[in-house]
Amino acid sequence: MPSVYLDHQAATPLLPEAFEAMRPFFGEAFGSASSLHQHGLRARDALAEAREQMAAFINAESADDIIFTSDGTESANLAVKGVAYANQRRGNHIVVSATEHPSLLGSVEFLEKQGFTSTKVKVNSEGFVNPEDVRAALTDKTILVAVHHANHDIGTIEPVRAIGEIVAERGVPFYVDAEASAGWLTVDVRALNATLLSFSPHKFYGPKGVGVLYRNRRARLDGVLHGGVQEGGRRAGTENIPAIVGAGVAAEVAARDLMQRAAHSARLQRRLWEGLKARVLHLKLNGPEPGPRRLSTNVNLSAEFVEGEGLLLMLDARGIAVASGTSCVSKSLKVSHVLSAIGLDHSLGQAAILLTLGKDNTDADIDYVLETVPQVVSKLRGMSPAWDEFQRGAVKSAIRN
Amino acid sequence: MSDAGSQQHDLVMDHFLNPRNVGDLPDADGVGEVGAVSCGDVMRISIQVRDGKIAEARFRTFGCGTAIAASSVTTELVKGRTVEEALKFSNEEVSAALGGLPAAKSHCPVLAEEAVKAAVEDYLKRQNVKRKT
Repeated sequence: MPSVYLDHQAATPLLPEAFEAMRPFFGEAFGSASSLHQHGLRARDALAEAREQMAAFINAESADDIIFTSDGTESANLAVKGVAYANQRRGNHIVVSATEHPSLLGSVEFLEKQGFTSTKVKVNSEGFVNPEDVRAALTDKTILVAVHHANHDIGTIEPVRAIGEIVAERGVPFYVDAEASAGWLTVDVRALNATLLSFSPHKFYGPKGVGVLYRNRRARLDGVLHGGVQEGGRRAGTENIPAIVGAGVAAEVAARDLMQRAAHSARLQRRLWEGLKARVLHLKLNGPEPGPRRLSTNVNLSAEFVEGEGLLLMLDARGIAVASGTSCVSKSLKVSHVLSAIGLDHSLGQAAILLTLGKDNTDADIDYVLETVPQVVSKLRGMSPAWDEFQRGAVKSAIRN
Repeated sequence: MSDAGSQQHDLVMDHFLNPRNVGDLPDADGVGEVGAVSCGDVMRISIQVRDGKIAEARFRTFGCGTAIAASSVTTELVKGRTVEEALKFSNEEVSAALGGLPAAKSHCPVLAEEAVKAAVEDYLKRQNVKRKT
């Protein structure tokens, strides 16, 4: 049975050259970067080199602007809480888009229990933030604006450059979550006017266990983990040197291969969406059409009258790994907050599956998916009471184009 | 916290990938439909009753893999039971027949129990109507 991996948003395989670069740091070069002896020195050198690689990757002015964390969730917690705490004498208001990652929205909600307030800027039916809505949300108490570069769920590429200009005029820190885009879109902190920006190399063939937070060194940021001098005192704790080394290599390779990877995934994305649209009736693409406004790796689909998690499991049984937009873990609404925010009908939200392409996917992979998905959708529809009612004319399709 | 991969349990996967008794009974004596798309799952069970016993059962389910597996195993479990027995049908039987389910999936067998009871109640209601007319 073929094996097709289409969940690159969750994890990517480690680059062999990154693995090779990491290997010595599990063996003879095991030292901690905080140690004063020669073992520590080697770790410090490795850390410094990776910091340079990360600064170059996002066009940061200085390697001093790079903070290593453990992953994207930690980066978002540090960015949001760190900026809020450092600026609480100036104000208490945070502006975010409604479709940010849960790690960011969760951090904002945590701060709201401590007297901070927030405005969640709405998005349109394709997930786009209107920069003018961000401008309208700003108050003289605003201490942070956060809008992601691209959405993790539906691939919407936000107008962050325009938003960055508006925010910069007001002198408010601007945090860009680039977790979904880095490695696939050019990320340039200066062009974006980003004060802070985060990304995770495990989304572009680096190892898990390391996240990167860029922070312009002129911006105020309190630490969230205390009791150590690592990362300028803003992230206490022993650095994960092997992962950081591998991440640096992955960033270098990603910058070198970016155009090629983007073009490859964009071509497969079109084939996948056009092919499925032609083969499966009552199928909706959630988010913008493939093209310059959507991440080239992202295909989020709802096959109406079928539940997403069931579809995921049945595809897995046929060797195709995808993610579902929903998780059936309780008897409650299970639709992702992103799909709710774009106003998707509940039944379509329940149906959503997320396919994310990678550099190693092939045309043969797409052929197999185009052959298998229609069969599986048809099998599940054959069991679905909603499909039966639709066939009998008792209910209407919720897809409006 | 549960890290168990119970979702992938062989019995669940078998009933999910090879579901038994899918569809509707064209001459059903009772039909029960429970749940709503807006809360995640819809389950419809139709039954045929002969001599006070469930002779046939079919299902249609919109839901996750566990919901489909629970429906499938339920149609097997209720076959041959008397109407009185079916009214006492319990979600615990469904869980047990699937080799146990994680707490997060406990609503699936509950839905199956409700669907069976709704189908039997529908049957009894139809019987009452018949008697009166």
